[in-house]
Amino acid sequence: MTGRRVAITGIGVLAPGGIGAKNFWNLLSEGRTSTRGITFFDPSSFRSRVAAEIDFDPEEHGLSPQEIRRMDRAAQLAVVATREAVADSGIVLAELDPYRTGVTIGSAVGATTGLDQEYRVVSDGGRLDLVDHRYAVPHLYNHFVPSSFAAEVAWAVGAEGPSTVVSTGCTSGLDSVGHAVDIIREGTADVMIAGSSDAPISPITVACFDAIKATTSRNDDPEHASRPFDGTRNGFVLGEGSAVFVLEELESAKRRGAHIYAEIAGYASRCNAFHMTGLRPDGAEMAEAIGVALDEARMSPDSIDYINAHGSGTKQNDRHETAAFKRSLGDHAYRTPVSSIKSMVGHSLGAIGSIEIAASALAMENHVVPPTANLHTPDPECDLDYVPITAREWHTDTVLTVGSGFGGFQSAMVLARPDRSIA
Amino acid sequence: MSDRTFTLDDLRRILLESAGAEEGVDLYADISDTGFEELGYESLALLEAGGRIEREFGVSLDDVNLSDITTPRALVEAVNELLSVDTAAA
Amino acid sequence: MTTPVVVTGLGIAAPNGLGTKDFWAATLRGESGIGPVTRFVPDQYPARLAGEVPGFVAEDHLPGRLLPQTDRMTRLALVATDWALEDAKVRPQELNAYDMGVVTASSSGGFEFGQNELQKLWSKGGQYVSAYQSFAWFYAVNTGQISIRNGMKGPSGVVVSDQAGGLDALAQARRQIRKGTRLIVSGAIDASICPWGWVAQLAGERLSQEDDPERAYLPFDPHAAGHVPGEGGAILIMEDLATARARGARIYGEIAGYGATFDPKPGSGRGPGLRQAIRTALDDAGTAPGDIDVVFADAAAVPDLDRVEAEAVNEVFGARAVPVTAPKTMTGRLYSGAAPLDVAAALLAIQDGVIPPTTHVELAPQYDLDLVTGAPRTASVRSALVIARGYGGFNSAVVVRAAG
Repeated sequence: MTGRRVAITGIGVLAPGGIGAKNFWNLLSEGRTSTRGITFFDPSSFRSRVAAEIDFDPEEHGLSPQEIRRMDRAAQLAVVATREAVADSGIVLAELDPYRTGVTIGSAVGATTGLDQEYRVVSDGGRLDLVDHRYAVPHLYNHFVPSSFAAEVAWAVGAEGPSTVVSTGCTSGLDSVGHAVDIIREGTADVMIAGSSDAPISPITVACFDAIKATTSRNDDPEHASRPFDGTRNGFVLGEGSAVFVLEELESAKRRGAHIYAEIAGYASRCNAFHMTGLRPDGAEMAEAIGVALDEARMSPDSIDYINAHGSGTKQNDRHETAAFKRSLGDHAYRTPVSSIKSMVGHSLGAIGSIEIAASALAMENHVVPPTANLHTPDPECDLDYVPITAREWHTDTVLTVGSGFGGFQSAMVLARPDRSIA
Repeated sequence: MSDRTFTLDDLRRILLESAGAEEGVDLYADISDTGFEELGYESLALLEAGGRIEREFGVSLDDVNLSDITTPRALVEAVNELLSVDTAAA
Repeated sequence: MTTPVVVTGLGIAAPNGLGTKDFWAATLRGESGIGPVTRFVPDQYPARLAGEVPGFVAEDHLPGRLLPQTDRMTRLALVATDWALEDAKVRPQELNAYDMGVVTASSSGGFEFGQNELQKLWSKGGQYVSAYQSFAWFYAVNTGQISIRNGMKGPSGVVVSDQAGGLDALAQARRQIRKGTRLIVSGAIDASICPWGWVAQLAGERLSQEDDPERAYLPFDPHAAGHVPGEGGAILIMEDLATARARGARIYGEIAGYGATFDPKPGSGRGPGLRQAIRTALDDAGTAPGDIDVVFADAAAVPDLDRVEAEAVNEVFGARAVPVTAPKTMTGRLYSGAAPLDVAAALLAIQDGVIPPTTHVELAPQYDLDLVTGAPRTASVRSALVIARGYGGFNSAVVVRAAG
């Protein structure tokens, strides 16, 4: 390791109910929910008809008609979040060596919404086995290979360094940022535009989660449908969104007098090697990832002030995760506030990990931890302090944020103040 | 629909189509009371099979907790119960 | 100092050969796997040739339980991983699960699986969509399934940067080994030869419309007019040198250097980034241009892209100063699978002292390259450069060299 450290100096967020980091934080700190009945298409034939949608007009956010045409919604969200993050950081990328600015964008399902819509057309509603290329839109290749998301972001900021999309299911948003941290630490780049984006609220995605009954069927009460850690939870609420960060090598960020939200002090990802969708109840692999991330940060378990949970609201996940916290933090798990913002903004698959990093950094910024909304009837097997209903003023210098994804991925990241004393 | 029954053979066929067979497991042996786990089928396989049963037999397994159903016999009975309710309702 | 990271096992599924032995023998014979598409009837489309992996019967290699939940690309990747582990003489069950990770690249995921489910959705309804659609098509599926099948719990990942991703995955695998993981399964397999994948690729406007397999994919040729898409790729077992030596492993070579850039937005007035990616890879390897014995080209067969690549190679190495080859003229372009296959070919070139040929190409006069055409060339190969570029502007380069 080179001794190089990595700081978050800019944040851009597009979340349901909160476009822009400020509005996003207001939603979280007020404990409001943004889940509602699906409006993007007629959901009446589906089992789960609830989602957390963003009321997003790309033109209003400065995208040109041609940019809108060639980009899937997820790419549009990423580009808008990128612009906010760069403006927030105050960095002038044009003054830097473009080869030393890179991009990592996470996405679990890429341009799935665009692909769903375009397939419907070229197959004429599923009628044609041999789909008709004459009806394909010219930018279909950008949907086919979602590295186009990283390309759009690189173009938006003039980055010419290492750039890629990271796609590890629902941990993509953590792993994309973790990947970028590695690239700065090894010295290949000084600045990384890192984050993630997914816009999966489309019939094919809703249908596949229906088939495994992973999403909630609480269609009669959409505002209160996402209930992580609650005894009545019955699945997650599909969401969408993007969060993007400006990550900088810490010393150069300090030199330019940048505002530093947090240092990304530790990160690790492990696999459960067990099941593509299922989780073992003991949380061992997530606990392992947490332990390695803490080691990398050279921090002890009891230095964690707040845990930003994956908290998807499926029966299995919330117990798995609770077990992982106890296993990795011991008794300190009982003394640490834990919350799931998915209760408010839903589960945007590959994007949510980055959105949760943003929530974690803003919790440190404000010394307030966001609540777990809709948590009224605790599950006896989930017996930690989940900050029900209302946000809490809480001195927060270090945050652990975690994710768990299909494919067995378990990721953990530790955010901390850069001026902490290091053991 | 109304006079249909769901048999163990239907289940065997649907399991094979939706999840294949575990090596060393003979689905055509007397498996009625052998646990799904022992037969090599986990939750995902049962969800996929459940989806096919729903479509083919016109029932909804939404209110059936598949994780409580651990053997082929129990699943066959649960589906037939749903079929008889559907008939009664009709 | 940074630990050297080496390749100790290869698993190959290529259009001109299933398995390392068949692939390498065919490649040295100049035998192509490009032919008319057989996986669907391509007559109505302007492109009708592909590089299809021959003779792969998944049932012969994989348990029946896995088949309904896997796309072709995942089946190929699982089997290639089995072969690579066997080749490396690694039995995963004997190692600590956290000491082994999986880092693959993907371009388009399990597109054929996705096509089938989209068809069910739109022709019959949402309730016909498979439970497996929740993961079987997505970009992370090969990494997840390889990890599960082999009990690998270490750091894992998936990168998507079109064709360049195949090298980006190896670089990420190397990072994880340098951070302390003993073994990483890396590389990539893509397989999107289905009508829906075909239409998406046609939209990229880089597919050759030629019907003669020998005239269809001609990089650096005056008749270059796009590429033939293929399927397959390679899975590599990567370990740190000390561990590999300690267990007496056969070492194919070292992943010695890596560099990646992204091209500026068209119209920005800045030049393409490929040259910088190559220079970074050479610096990272501590290698001078003169030490490189062969360049495995990206070989887009799109005239503008061929020109950019030829210029970058010549700016770094000098005109006709290094042999250049593109054995992918025998497989078609395999998307994320292409570069790992080229890395495998480079390692085999080091092993056998022979540079595989670029087939059917007559070098266009404007490219001042020493292109190895027609027949393989005997040469002492100690170091090789592999180039891969992805749609939209991704440039990656890797230096591989003989170990020790």
